[in-house]
Amino acid sequence: MKAKVSATPQNVPSFVFAYAAWSIACMATLASLFFGEVMKLPPCTLCWYQRICLFPLTVVIAVGIVLRDSKLAAYSVPLVAMGLGFSAYHNLLYYGVIPEALSPCVAGISCTTRQIEWLGFITIPLMSLIAFVSLLVSLVVHGKIQQRARA
Amino acid sequence: MKKDVYRLAAIAAVLIAGMLIVAAYYIRAQKAERAEAVAKQARDNAAVFVRPHSRGFGPANAKVTVVEFLDPECESCRAMFPFVKRLLAQYDGRVRLVVRYMPFHPNSSYAVSALEAAGEQGRFAEMLETLFVNQPLWGDHHAPKPELIPEFARQIGLDMVSFGRSLNSSAHKAILETDLADGKKLGVTGTPTFFVNERLLEPLEYETFLALIEDELAK
Repeated sequence: MKAKVSATPQNVPSFVFAYAAWSIACMATLASLFFGEVMKLPPCTLCWYQRICLFPLTVVIAVGIVLRDSKLAAYSVPLVAMGLGFSAYHNLLYYGVIPEALSPCVAGISCTTRQIEWLGFITIPLMSLIAFVSLLVSLVVHGKIQQRARA
Repeated sequence: MKKDVYRLAAIAAVLIAGMLIVAAYYIRAQKAERAEAVAKQARDNAAVFVRPHSRGFGPANAKVTVVEFLDPECESCRAMFPFVKRLLAQYDGRVRLVVRYMPFHPNSSYAVSALEAAGEQGRFAEMLETLFVNQPLWGDHHAPKPELIPEFARQIGLDMVSFGRSLNSSAHKAILETDLADGKKLGVTGTPTFFVNERLLEPLEYETFLALIEDELAK
């Protein structure tokens, strides 16, 4: 009988959280493409900035996983942090915490137009915020695991 | 590691397949809903397709009526126009075209008014032709020159005094508003949108267009 209980030895840290982050990035990307390309909802300016931060993550995190790069968090977290910044601002605007007069969106669709309201509270900016927060949490946890393994 | 590549590919494949399946269902439901909405308009209020003011080509008693919601400033309408003309020639007398306006661009309303003014002088076809042919000159999205439109009107030999008097009249505005409202009722969100005997042409393809006309002619 094989007595190998621990599949992950101390010196090979887990990439589970990196996988989780990558899956979240992929799901968010597909959802964003679904809203834009299938449902034909026009993305507002702030949505575009969040997309710019989100889409590269599907590639960047995947490459980091394949290379088993212990510094994966170092270059993925900045993108997530920027996206989270835009998303937080968008949500504040969307839910009226910041008055709309300050909105930078002039051309095209307004950033506060409610295009989707599932179950009365699930909106696109809210989904984006949840995605970026969970991305940040899983990537930070991943980074901590790697750091501890190296220490 | 190679194992990671396989794992990532597998997850990506599942996620993408899931998204595509949902998309396929969504698009199918959307299409059915749209067709049903158009059919309902046809049953309840067939007048939304053709109004007394509507201009077009071909005999009023033609077996097939093609209604086109167009915008003289729209590039796709310009690109589609030769095919529409070809169809009208091919089915001479059996198919007529009714033009409805859907002004989605900055100078569309002005161009539509010019079209109507030409129509009042019996030169609707020539004006539509010249507006489409010269569209890159007057309707460029970065540097539009709507002031060229009266010049085109002069070139096709319109009486410029009555053209100028008629331009931007309240009658033209009323026509535009009626067409916009009717288009909205029919769910028109882009130009050109075609209806063949009150049936929506979708997708916007020449072959589908032909098939739809043939189908209506065979009825």
